[in-house]
Amino acid sequence: MKQQNDDVILLAHGDGGALTSELIDNLFQKYFTSDFIRSQTDAAIFKANSKRLALTTDSFVVNPLFFPGGDIGKLAVCGTVNDLAVSGAHPVYLAASFIIEEGFERTMLEKVVSSMAASCNEAGVEIVAGDTKVVERDHLDKLFITTTGVGWVSPEIDMGYHRILPGDLIVVNGNLGEHGIAVMGQRHGFDFDNQIISDCAPLNIIIKNLLQQCSGGVKLMRDLTRGGFATATKEIAMSSGRDVWLKEDHMPIAPVVQGAARMLGLDPLYLANEGKFLMIVDPKEADTILEILHHDSLGVNAQIVGEVKIGNGNVYLETMLGGTKFLDLMTGSPLPRIC
Amino acid sequence: MMGDKLSNPAMEKKILSKVIEQAERVANHLGHRPVLMEVCGTHTVALSRSGLRDRLRAVIELRSGPGCPVCVTAVEDLDRMIALSQLPKVMIVTFGDMVRVPGSMSSLEKERARGAEVRVIYSPLEAIELAKAYPDREIILIGVGFETTAPLIGICIKDAYQYHLTNFSILSLHKRVQPALQNLLEDLEFSVDGLILPGHVCAIEGCQAYNFIAKDYEIPAVVTGFESLDMMGSIFILLEMLEKRAPQVINGYTRVVKEEGNIKAQRMIKTCFNKGGAIWRGLGFISDSGLSIKEKYSDYDAGRKFSVKMSQTQIPKGCCCGDLMKGKMMPQQCPLLGTHCTPTNPVGPCMVSSEGPCGAYYLYEHYNRK
Repeated sequence: MKQQNDDVILLAHGDGGALTSELIDNLFQKYFTSDFIRSQTDAAIFKANSKRLALTTDSFVVNPLFFPGGDIGKLAVCGTVNDLAVSGAHPVYLAASFIIEEGFERTMLEKVVSSMAASCNEAGVEIVAGDTKVVERDHLDKLFITTTGVGWVSPEIDMGYHRILPGDLIVVNGNLGEHGIAVMGQRHGFDFDNQIISDCAPLNIIIKNLLQQCSGGVKLMRDLTRGGFATATKEIAMSSGRDVWLKEDHMPIAPVVQGAARMLGLDPLYLANEGKFLMIVDPKEADTILEILHHDSLGVNAQIVGEVKIGNGNVYLETMLGGTKFLDLMTGSPLPRIC
Repeated sequence: MMGDKLSNPAMEKKILSKVIEQAERVANHLGHRPVLMEVCGTHTVALSRSGLRDRLRAVIELRSGPGCPVCVTAVEDLDRMIALSQLPKVMIVTFGDMVRVPGSMSSLEKERARGAEVRVIYSPLEAIELAKAYPDREIILIGVGFETTAPLIGICIKDAYQYHLTNFSILSLHKRVQPALQNLLEDLEFSVDGLILPGHVCAIEGCQAYNFIAKDYEIPAVVTGFESLDMMGSIFILLEMLEKRAPQVINGYTRVVKEEGNIKAQRMIKTCFNKGGAIWRGLGFISDSGLSIKEKYSDYDAGRKFSVKMSQTQIPKGCCCGDLMKGKMMPQQCPLLGTHCTPTNPVGPCMVSSEGPCGAYYLYEHYNRK
């Protein structure tokens, strides 16, 4: 057996949980010292010619490439659009880079690319730059895509950890855990009677409507991809130095997802979503915000799920039985390559 | 889908207050909080996840037992898996939890990062498909689990036999719950007032296989399902038996568990496996507590097919997983929990496994984090 040596990258370093944070904190931030990186937000927002612009990038390595409700192309567009949207930006332009394995079927590639075009159309964004690389067979699993996006941010938008106060409410726009279970079901050949499809969708339109009608009431938004709702909430609690108290019976989770997750020994609160975001909102505006969300097809199941309290970065979940439990960052995800 | 009809928060809260009342009465009776052991790892997690352990803490002490298959896997067996992963052209195929458990020097996760081929599966039958898809590799399935997993592994063995697969084998580390329980009950230091028995294992073995607990050791036990209502119901029955001092083994999971168990599954185990001694982490060697692959199918026994060199095993310093599996301590009493042993940097299997008590405590419980 080889000598013990922890200096290799594990799959878990890419799961969006505790080890990913550790890698960013201790390796990337050692050399990339920009304040934008330090703030660890979904997109960097900076000024250019007195306009505020947002920039983000994301790579997509999902396995399988096609799953119920989406494919790697749709994911690559929605993922980057959503990172911009939850930062308060209007996404405008994307760049897309393709790394393709030698031997990959051309028709499959076309399917992915046409799906990207359809998603761009839905989101109202344009792909304006790109790159193509091909690597030898077996040097990559079929196809990886990286998308980079820019958008502009209205002057009145002010979101961030600094605005979070005790008494603020946590709102999510709908049912949790669908993407994770859909991909996993497809990968391992589980048939959930076609009842579980990925929630993959561009969120920029629903968010634009929300911010146009109630920009002051929304203090922070996060999309709920790898690591799921629980990890995102824990990160918000830690970064804001507040506690978050959640109610289990308010969590929107479809019974079929609940059942499948239980069967597979997974917690839906840690499963990836690709069309869900959480908002920290001013309690006075919560009803208005819910009403706006409920009018959009991507927000019909929107719910208030918890509250911010004074504390020191903990997340508590009050169970249906009235017990409380901690929620922490995800570690050791059983689901690599979920997006 | 599943589970729904069994979740009724209003009724659950009512029953919970009844359980608490009953526990208080029994505590007065016994002169201490009743100590109940959840033998099964799935119960450990369900009790933490539902918040039930938290709600009952003041009146009942719930301790975890040796029913998490990953947690009771001996360090030498972990080292053997890791050594097998180093052989040329070998693909190790395993359930996810096993990948991150540290052996003496490394883990499958770390070896995978260094180039070993390790695949995570959800159904053992995926291993057969892999063997067909990769005829140039040797597929070694890590067989970890109790009587619940063994029949499925049996199906794999029979499939491999039927298809004459020559590149498929199993490292059988399967264990039997009943001898381990007996071993615990014989331990003079073992002091538990009642046992919450594993619903899934009993579904295979049958309720009657556990009658010895009340008969020979005068400890009440209830076969238990995994919904909050199931667990509260069983705890209530245990408390009643404690109050009346009338220990019995009762089936509290009748919608799944039969008195005689699942005869077909039992037959599958008998066809493919022999009972034999096995080493349990914490409990040591227990006769008849393991399942080894029968002579007829020895071509599929990775233990016989490959001999690997192993260096001296080392249990990580300070790791208390062994004592935890015996119910001698609670996770929060382990000095490593939350400091040296965390989900990101686990020292022992109880922190890694999705059914492990330390992982459940670290993730969900309200203990004072260091």
